[in-house]
Amino acid sequence: MKRAARFVYLACIYLFLYVPILILIAYSFNDTKYSTNWQGFTWKWYYQLFTDSPLKEALVNSLIIAMASSVIATVLGTLGAFAFYRYRFVGRKVMYTFIYIVMMSPDIVMGISLLMFFITIGLATGPFTLLLAHVTFCLPFVVVTVYSRISGFDRNIIDVAKDLGASEMQMFRHIMMPMLMPAIIAGWLLSFTLSLDDVVVSFFTTGPSFEILPLKIYSMVRLGIKPEINALSAVMFLLSLITVSVAHLVTKETR
Amino acid sequence: MIKSRFRNFSIGSTMLWIIVFVVVPYVFVMLFSFLERDPVSAVAWKFTLDGYRELLSPVFLKVCWYSLLLALGTTAISLLAAYPFAFILVRLPDALRRMLLLLMIIPFWTSSLIRTYALVILFKANGIINTFLLWTGIIHEPLSMLYTQTAVFVGLVYTLLPFMVLPIYTSIQKLDWRLIDAARDLGATSRHIFFRIILPLTMPGIVAGSTMVFLPALGLFYIPDFLGGARSMLIGNYIKNQFLTTGNWPVGSAASVILTLIMCLFLYVYFLSSRKAHTGGMGDMA
Repeated sequence: MKRAARFVYLACIYLFLYVPILILIAYSFNDTKYSTNWQGFTWKWYYQLFTDSPLKEALVNSLIIAMASSVIATVLGTLGAFAFYRYRFVGRKVMYTFIYIVMMSPDIVMGISLLMFFITIGLATGPFTLLLAHVTFCLPFVVVTVYSRISGFDRNIIDVAKDLGASEMQMFRHIMMPMLMPAIIAGWLLSFTLSLDDVVVSFFTTGPSFEILPLKIYSMVRLGIKPEINALSAVMFLLSLITVSVAHLVTKETR
Repeated sequence: MIKSRFRNFSIGSTMLWIIVFVVVPYVFVMLFSFLERDPVSAVAWKFTLDGYRELLSPVFLKVCWYSLLLALGTTAISLLAAYPFAFILVRLPDALRRMLLLLMIIPFWTSSLIRTYALVILFKANGIINTFLLWTGIIHEPLSMLYTQTAVFVGLVYTLLPFMVLPIYTSIQKLDWRLIDAARDLGATSRHIFFRIILPLTMPGIVAGSTMVFLPALGLFYIPDFLGGARSMLIGNYIKNQFLTTGNWPVGSAASVILTLIMCLFLYVYFLSSRKAHTGGMGDMA
């Protein structure tokens, strides 16, 4: 009896989380423009999605920004996590705490602070400022993901490498990086997803000439529901599902 | 201490990025919140408290009150739903637990914009719920669910629930069950065990989860934009309007400073609770 109650409870939570998404995906195949009744299966909206130029352009823009910002954030964040582990420097503890704070701080505060910063220093908002902003909110996630793995390492490894004459750079390149690879990949995939999905920070840091998917969806939904958005949302959900699952598997398998 | 160029580079790159793109912009926010509004260049370099004074106006206080209530309600409901959930999850067999955990991590990382949009589809007047209720005969007229305060509330809970579950799950997972056995052996009642042992030890998770729900619940402006009526506004919508509609930087900055102060309060409580419990709660979110 108690087991049944637990099962029902879990089922309710998962139904709550997944039913809306599943309905959305189902409707992306519905062959009607207005009604929510089922009118038969179609690929029409997906076809329209990939031929309709404004949406396609926004998708390409989003992918470019996500790829570039996740790579930059991963490189910087990996080096940063290594530095936090390996070196003692002034402000180390403060900085590490600060990275957690950045992760928790409301997106809207980051968005407007960057907007005012870019305008004040005379940088016109557009793809470049968007890239800088995306690297900024991805960076802490990479640092934390990589650091949580590196902090479990045996410090003797470093001493051995140093005794054998490796320079700091060689030690990082040939010992730390291979050992850290699962965490680096996970950090990169998560950054990619974060960047692809972000609405709030992007809203403030991109210019009118450079549109990305989440913002495109935001403005389209406010004007009314279109079946192409269903298809687009289904595609984006699937993309996140894949990257998150891979990131999850990569970190758990090797632990 | 080894001082190689690589050392300086690895420390410097991240530090510099955070300082330039987080610390400096934030100093701008604080600075601008004390400046005067200027129609030409957004702000004039004259000290004033007008930005904060505007926050005492009935318009903002109303938004603030509504937003805080919603955020509080969202946090409370999520906590009540997530705590038992995490407890059940922790004690499941390994394979099942890992799969269910992944199913919770996926909505944590997927776009909350898209998840909110899924609710729009669900709530639409001729949407699935109404069709179903009309079909069963429970209602005879379609309910209007979209563009209501309730829809905004459901939207916030729906979007933020995973952010409550995962930190709590992490802290329950770290719980040392031997302590509970020991307490039971020493004759503690179940109520005692829960309030004196389990609750304090999982407090960091509770506080971390509450922080990750409460703060976004104040700022996620697209949830009322999608699901709410003309009157539903979060603090996030107010800030957004100050920048995009009225162009009032000082007031928007002042509101952001308030939001940051609320965050600092949460972080302080987190610090206190984790010092007491000696367990983390914010790590391991991947």
